[in-house]
Amino acid sequence: MPISDIIQFLVFIVLVSLLVKPLGSYMANVFNGEKTVLSLVFRPIEIFIYKIANIDETYEMNWKEFAISMLIFNAIGFVVLFLILVLQQFLPLNPQHFKGFNLDLAFNTAVSFITNTNWQAYSGENTASYFTQMLGLAVQNFLSAVTGIVVLLALIRGFTRKQTTNLGNFWVDSVRTTLYILLPLSVLAAVILMSQGVIQNFSSYKTVQLLEPYINAGKVVSHQILPMGPVASQEAIKLLGTNGGGFFGANSAHPFENPNGFTNFFEAFLIILIPAALTYTFGSMIKNKKQGWAIYLVMLTMFVVFLGIEYTSSLGNDPLISRLGVTGHYIEGQEVRFGIGGTSLFATTTTAVACGAVDAMHDSLLPISGMVPTVLMLLSEVVFGGVGSGLYTMIAFIIIAVFVAGLMIGRTPEFLGKKIEVKEMWMAIIVALTSGILVLIFTTIAFITKAGVSSILNPGPHGLSEILYAFASTANNNGSAFAGLNADTVFYNITTAIAMLIGRYIPAVAIIYMSGALAQKKYTPPSVGTLPTDKVPFMVWLILVILIVGALTFFSALALGPFLENILMLRGA
Amino acid sequence: MKNLKSGLIVFAFLFIITGVVYPLIVTGIGQLVFKSQVNGSLIYIENKPVGSKLIGQPFQNPGLFWSRPSSTDDFPYNALSSGGSNLGPTNQILVKRVEERIVYLRKNDFKGQIPSSLVLGSGSGLDPDITPQAAYSQIPRISMYTHIPQNVLKSLVSKHIKKRQLGFLGHDRVNVLELNLALIKMEKDYAGK
Repeated sequence: MPISDIIQFLVFIVLVSLLVKPLGSYMANVFNGEKTVLSLVFRPIEIFIYKIANIDETYEMNWKEFAISMLIFNAIGFVVLFLILVLQQFLPLNPQHFKGFNLDLAFNTAVSFITNTNWQAYSGENTASYFTQMLGLAVQNFLSAVTGIVVLLALIRGFTRKQTTNLGNFWVDSVRTTLYILLPLSVLAAVILMSQGVIQNFSSYKTVQLLEPYINAGKVVSHQILPMGPVASQEAIKLLGTNGGGFFGANSAHPFENPNGFTNFFEAFLIILIPAALTYTFGSMIKNKKQGWAIYLVMLTMFVVFLGIEYTSSLGNDPLISRLGVTGHYIEGQEVRFGIGGTSLFATTTTAVACGAVDAMHDSLLPISGMVPTVLMLLSEVVFGGVGSGLYTMIAFIIIAVFVAGLMIGRTPEFLGKKIEVKEMWMAIIVALTSGILVLIFTTIAFITKAGVSSILNPGPHGLSEILYAFASTANNNGSAFAGLNADTVFYNITTAIAMLIGRYIPAVAIIYMSGALAQKKYTPPSVGTLPTDKVPFMVWLILVILIVGALTFFSALALGPFLENILMLRGA
Repeated sequence: MKNLKSGLIVFAFLFIITGVVYPLIVTGIGQLVFKSQVNGSLIYIENKPVGSKLIGQPFQNPGLFWSRPSSTDDFPYNALSSGGSNLGPTNQILVKRVEERIVYLRKNDFKGQIPSSLVLGSGSGLDPDITPQAAYSQIPRISMYTHIPQNVLKSLVSKHIKKRQLGFLGHDRVNVLELNLALIKMEKDYAGK
C-alpha cells in the first residue's frame, strides 16, 4: 500500500523539520558556553574534569594547537581501542570467551571506529565481547561524533570572529558536546528502544529449544542460541552519532536491534536528527538564521529527490524472480516488518547521513535501489552527512560554489563577510575532492589485483558495484557495505583502513586550517557586489555544483555497474 | 606536551562516563521498567524458554506454518551468525535457489501462486515474520495434514496479523512462532474432540 508509505515519509520530514529549531538552538547555547537546563547536573562534573586535567576554560587555541589536540585525542582513542580488541581474551565481560582480534582486523576496526566510519569486517555476535562493545566500540561512537562536531565549531568560529587566531578550546568543546548533547539524547533514545524490545543485559547467550527440531543436511538441529548484551545503549549512540556499527552482524536488520516498524522509523529519525539540527545551530551562531535554513533546504531537497528514486525503484520487481510465478514485492535481504517504505527510508537516510547502519542487505537490493545509497555517499556525504563533518563538507562546497559563481558573473567571492581567497579555495578543494580521488584510486587498485577481485561475491556488473560501494563507503566515512564482498582479508583490511584515515583526517585538518585563515580576516560588510548565499538561485546553483562534482567523477563507474545491471535484469539475462 | 596530558585525562573521564556510567544507567532503567523486553522477549512454556518473539525459527513440519528461507551459516535461523545471502538481484545462484524452494514447496502440496516472502530470504536471516498472504497461502496444506477446517485456520491467521503501527509504520505481518504455538494448541483441542 503506497499511501501508508507516503504518509510515513511525510511524517518523517515534518517531524525532523519541527525539531531542527529547538535542538539547533539548544546546541548553539551549549557551544556558546551558556547556561542550559542541564547545567545543574553537568556543570559540576565539567568543572571537576577541567580541574583534574589542568585545563583553563577561557584559554583558546590557534589552528595548529586545535588540530594537534584533535589528532592527539583521536590517537589516544585508536591506541586504547586497538589494545582492547587485541587483548580481548584477557579482559572481563566476555561470557562467550571470544579470542582477541587478528592484528589486521583490529587495525581496520580501530581505524573504522575512531573515524566515525564503523565499517565492520567482523560480526559482533561471534567476535566481540561485551567489554569490547561497551568500552571499546561504543566509547568511540561517542568520541568520533564529538570530533566531527568540534571541527565544525572551529569553522563556525572562523566565520564569526575577526582578526584573531583564536578558534576555541578543543577540550572544552569536546567535554561539553559529550555531556550536554550526546549523553542525554542517547539515554532518551535508549529508553524508547528498550520499551520496544531492544535488549540490554549482561547475561551469557541463552539457549532455547526449537519448537520443532530441524533436519539440515542430515543433521538434527534442536536448539537455537540467542546472543545477548548491552545493545540498546550502543544502538542509541550508533545512530545519534552517525556511526552505524551494529552490535550484531545484521546491524539494524537484526530484530534485537530493530524490532518493529516503529523502531525502524525512530532509528532513521535518530540518524538524521543532529546533522539536520546543526544547520540551525550554524545559522544561529553566525547570526544569520536564513543562511542556516537555506542549507537545510538544500540538503532536504536532495534528500527528498533521492528518497523518491529509492522508493520508486524498490517498488519494482526482479523479472528473473517474478517470471518463476512469485508474487509480491522483491524482498531478498529485507525484513517483512519494515515494508518497502521503511526499508527505502532507512537506506536513503543512512547513506545521505554518513551513518552506515543498515536495516536490509544493500547488496541484494534492486540495481537502482542499490545505486542511490552509492551515489549519496559519492556526493561526499553532504546531504546532511555525518555529525559535524556533513556540514563542514557542505560549507566547503558552498565556498567552491561562491567562487565559481563569482568568476562567472564578475562578483567578489565572499561568504558571510569573509573574502574567499587562495588559501580558502585550496582547502575547500581538498575537502571536496579527497574522498573522490581515494575512491577512484582504490577501486582501480582492487580491480587490477587478484586480492581485490577474489573477494567479490556477485558476478558481472554487480561485482563492480560491490567494490565501488566499499571504497565509497570507507573514503566518505559511511561504513555500510555491499556485504557480499569478503572484507576480512589483509588486502581489504589495509586498503579500506587507509581510505578511512585519509578520508577523515585530511579534510578535517584542512577545515581547521581554513578556520584559522578565516578568523584572521577582516569582516567585509555585504555590498551591491556581494552574491546573496541565502536565496533560492544560489541554493539551486549549490545543488548543481554538488551534483556536477559527484556525477562527472563517477558517471562511468555507475554506467558500468548499477545501470548496466539494471538493463541486463530488465532484459531477463 | 601539556595537551597530551590534558588529552589523556579528558579521555579517561569520557571513557568512564560513556563506557561505564552510561550503559549501566540504561541497563538499570531497562531491567527495572522493561524487564521482559531487555532480556530478549522470551516465550516461556511451563517455565522453559521455547524461543523469542523477535527471533524466527525454521519449520519443516507440513502441519505447521513455515518461515522465510534463511541463509545463516551452518543451518537456517542460526542466531549466532545473523546476516542475509547478499546475493544480488541478477545473480543466477539466487534464481536457482528460488527455483529449488519452489520445487520444495510444490512437493509439499503447496498450491497456487508463490508469495515472495516464502522464497526470498531476509537481511538478518532471523526474520520472525511472514506476510499475511504467505500465511494464508499455507492453509490448504496445513488443513490437509492437521484436519483442521480451512475456515478455522483462516480466522486463526487473521487473529494473528499485526497491523502497521499507527496505520503507517512498517508492514502487516504474522509472527510465525506465535502462530504455530497457537496452532499446536488448537491441534490438541481438535485431537481431544
